Amino acid sequence: MMNRILDFEKPIVELEKKISEMKAYAVAENVELTEDIKRLETKLDKLIEDTYAKLTRWERVLLSRHPDRPYTLDYFDRIFTDYVELHGDRLFSDDLAMVGGIAKLDGRPVMVLGQQKGRTTKENLRRNFGMMNPEGYRRAMRLMKLAAKFNRPIIILIDTPGAYPGIGAEERGQGEAIARNLYDMTLLPVPILVIVIGEGASGGALGVGMGDRVLMMENAWYSVISPEGCAAILWRDATKAPLAAEELKLTAPDLLELGVIDEIIKEPRGGAHRNHDEAARIVKERIHFHLSQLRSFDGESLIDRRIKKYGKIGFFTE
Amino acid sequence: MAWFKRSKPGLVPQKKKELPDGLWVKCSGCGEVIYKKQLAQNSFVCTHCDFHFRIRGIDYIELLLDSGTFNETDKNIASIDFLKFKDDKGRYEEKLKIAQKKSGLKDAVRTGIGRVGGYPVVFGVMDFSFIGGSMGSVVGEKIARAVDLADHEKIPMIMVCASGGARMQESIISLMQMAKTSSRLARFSRNGGLYVVVLTNPTTAGVVASFAMLGDVHLAEPGALIGFAGPRVIKQTIGQDLPEGFQRAQFQLEHGFVDSIVHRKEMQDTLIKILSFYYDSSEEANGA
Repeated sequence: MMNRILDFEKPIVELEKKISEMKAYAVAENVELTEDIKRLETKLDKLIEDTYAKLTRWERVLLSRHPDRPYTLDYFDRIFTDYVELHGDRLFSDDLAMVGGIAKLDGRPVMVLGQQKGRTTKENLRRNFGMMNPEGYRRAMRLMKLAAKFNRPIIILIDTPGAYPGIGAEERGQGEAIARNLYDMTLLPVPILVIVIGEGASGGALGVGMGDRVLMMENAWYSVISPEGCAAILWRDATKAPLAAEELKLTAPDLLELGVIDEIIKEPRGGAHRNHDEAARIVKERIHFHLSQLRSFDGESLIDRRIKKYGKIGFFTE
Repeated sequence: MAWFKRSKPGLVPQKKKELPDGLWVKCSGCGEVIYKKQLAQNSFVCTHCDFHFRIRGIDYIELLLDSGTFNETDKNIASIDFLKFKDDKGRYEEKLKIAQKKSGLKDAVRTGIGRVGGYPVVFGVMDFSFIGGSMGSVVGEKIARAVDLADHEKIPMIMVCASGGARMQESIISLMQMAKTSSRLARFSRNGGLYVVVLTNPTTAGVVASFAMLGDVHLAEPGALIGFAGPRVIKQTIGQDLPEGFQRAQFQLEHGFVDSIVHRKEMQDTLIKILSFYYDSSEEANGA
């Protein structure tokens, strides 16, 4: 882990290196350095706390894209058992920018879905960098309807730089596929729990992102457009993305304040990329918490509450 | 001083106008100069090449609804700059004020109740001139309420779309209007409602990925650009030129996303035929 280091992480990583060197030295040379190490560890704690408390919105965007950040399958592996992937939309093809299938959450059957990025170039090409095509949205809907048929809750992890903008995607109705999902997800009589784990870019995210509860990791972002896309249009300069990120108010605390999400999931110290196991443990705990609440509603009240939930979002005068 | 520096300022793109002032209009389709009155009499369609000029919401109300039947609803809902959004051209608040002054509208959509060929309908129409017809809180809320009205009155809804997508200045809240409008349409449909979409030039992005693609019937004006991703974005992504007619109405018809391409002059008649499929012609229509 920590192969790739962001600028603002550098002082932390350097201090961590120093501490581990001191520890190794103390053992090898049999010298007493406990006090010094302890002092440095206190310093490290403070450094991490200070650094992450004052991250800019853009720095959070960078964190959400950290190549070592846990992706959907990293969470699946740690949270669920008996996972069986279900491929294809039964209409055109399969879409590997998403993963999904049946699984068990501590023994209970659930439907799990998510967008999947690759960690290597080869893997990213196979996964299309987590950018879904229409067949992905339709595949997701097929799985969700399957969950509804057997009254199983649906858990969806969001992590996408956007829906794929390609000729084929347009020919096969990218817009229609996303719209249809919003329409059909409204009427699913089972609990839908959505967790934004990394990037939540626009319709590409929302197309599988409508839920009874929407949670967001501390260092994830979710917006109508990527900061780069926004900067390219409104500033006519994609390098103004850090500015656009500030204006878009796209972080988890922003979205909680705006009433778009229900909860922020705290990440392990220094970010989810520094401890996948701990990140997954926390996420699993929150899944249990929310599912146990949602399971108490029958299908019709879930639908009714879902329509009301989205109906409330908006700011205007009258 | 580099010798290759531009000595004169580059070409400044002319400001686009909905319909230019003056008595004569040059057609963007064929370049022919047309007498403006004649154009208006021809439903703002070029008399030479059938190019459909972009028109205002109020023009669609006149063209498609029975004269004098339109009663506007939710007239006073207006946008607010709740994020204090600012780009290098200024504040969203200012942008709203300018758009409101220029158009005389509160926002990019007008909704109401009226009649088409005697049939009662809820009617919504977007104005592209208002910040590119973009969908923020107001557009989302007005459409959601219009759908609920149609649901409550048990009458069909017709939505004339023209939009560049979600409004960036309202960020995530704009995105959520896709979910808001779609969820209301889902309930309306489940309750047996008829929803007809008229796609005009252009209808793209967040609007296509929500209420513009959820009709029981999709009609499109000839030549209208209809798509999710903008042509420029696609071109940049794939690094090659786009085929002729890409994302135009004909393309969407061929790919199965539009039921019919309808000339503006025939739009009302087509809507009446669709409405008569919904209404029992032997009862309500005769009584209406």
